[in-house]
Amino acid sequence: MQKISTLEILLAVFKRDISLALRRQSDTLGAVFFFALVVSLFPLAIGPETKLLQQIAPGIIWVSALLAVMLSLSRLFNDDYQDGVLEQLALSICPLALIAVAKILAHWTYTGLILLCISPVLALQFNLSGIAIEVLLITLFIGTLILSFIGSIGAALTVGLKSSGALISLLVLPLLIPVLILGTLAVDAATANLPYSVYLYILLALAVLASFFAPLACAAALRIALD
Amino acid sequence: MDIKSTLSKPPSSSWNWFLFAAPSRFYFLAKKIIPLCWALAFVLGAIGLIMGLLYAPTDAQQGDAYRIIFIHVPAAWMSMLLYVAMAFWGAMGLIFNARLAYRLSNSIAITGALMTFIALWTGALWGKPTWGTWWVWDARLTSELILLFLYIAYLSLYSAIEDQRKASKAASLLAIIGVVNVPIIYFSVKWWNTLHQGASITVTKTSMQSTMLMAMLIMTFAFWAYAFAVILSRVNQKTLDEESHTDWALTELKRLKATI
Repeated sequence: MQKISTLEILLAVFKRDISLALRRQSDTLGAVFFFALVVSLFPLAIGPETKLLQQIAPGIIWVSALLAVMLSLSRLFNDDYQDGVLEQLALSICPLALIAVAKILAHWTYTGLILLCISPVLALQFNLSGIAIEVLLITLFIGTLILSFIGSIGAALTVGLKSSGALISLLVLPLLIPVLILGTLAVDAATANLPYSVYLYILLALAVLASFFAPLACAAALRIALD
Repeated sequence: MDIKSTLSKPPSSSWNWFLFAAPSRFYFLAKKIIPLCWALAFVLGAIGLIMGLLYAPTDAQQGDAYRIIFIHVPAAWMSMLLYVAMAFWGAMGLIFNARLAYRLSNSIAITGALMTFIALWTGALWGKPTWGTWWVWDARLTSELILLFLYIAYLSLYSAIEDQRKASKAASLLAIIGVVNVPIIYFSVKWWNTLHQGASITVTKTSMQSTMLMAMLIMTFAFWAYAFAVILSRVNQKTLDEESHTDWALTELKRLKATI
């Protein structure tokens, strides 16, 4: 029998998830269009006042990004659970937490990274300044990574449930409040020409913590579901 | 002694940490404690309310409106403490794979959510006459609201999973993740608040009068006793329900039916 290294398994899992996402375009692109749509709904609800919109733009874009990521979370482990792949992955020689990392990074690539690509355009609609857009992109880059990591815990806890959509949001969103606060504070500070790097450092610290602990919690939750 | 009676009534073995982890032992211990807790809750509650509502002096700045403090503060303290207790017993359940710990954790959750709700509700009632508004986005209020959401998340995850054992484990894991996050949430909310609102409304720090403080402490103990009574009752009910296949639970159920 051929020996397979851990890295090869992780790469295979990552590639498989990406190609699955590419073949499920309605889902993957759906989240992006959902993001753009929700962001565009706010001016319609609040009114076209440029000054006000400029002020609340970071919050709007951040909340919409949160909701868009929530949409795709329910499929992170559920499809694999339904067709039995998850059980095979749990039996592999590779630790389940590392497999979770590969799946989470794949999830981030097909949601967070794509949201990141269209967010500058949306930010321009709100007349944000150049530096604000730059900071928004940096915070979204770190932030969506945290969203994927912490969100994966919610996805793992609700694996195998019939209606997990609303439940995942309920489990995960309260835990993501610090990310939301730090992300919007950083952009606000940049808009007001104040130092913003401290928020980025704390966001990075949260990202480090989340990327270490979330996969472990995720693996524990998956083992409970597979039990 | 025949085997059956030895099983149903375990011999009083020497003390160890797991002595009361056996559901049957815990059941009978809790059964003795519950009436005591109820009595304490009622007596202390009566004393605390009489002291607080009749004897404590009127506040110079807030008038009589402040008197809701005797419900509000104990409820707020309990709401935070119970979350930690819930996570602790959840962790105990996961570590030792003990059914009783899961039951405790689940039983605490509902009381904790209730306390959080009471704290928020009485806070709103207090805020209207003193601050002139039902709600401000103050750091404490906001984090208490988030705490309520954390409790609701725990309860809904528990009820969403049909397999009870899995539900207990998953909910316990969520409680532990939540308890790690609570400080992060609290500090970020505090930071957000101080940066967003220049001068937020704060309760003026006045040294508390001793009758007020006494009444509040007595009310806190009353809340404690109430929480113990309700939580232990709920644990016992769950125990009887889930252990109904065992001999001791069956005889206990029969005895309870006969008394009704």
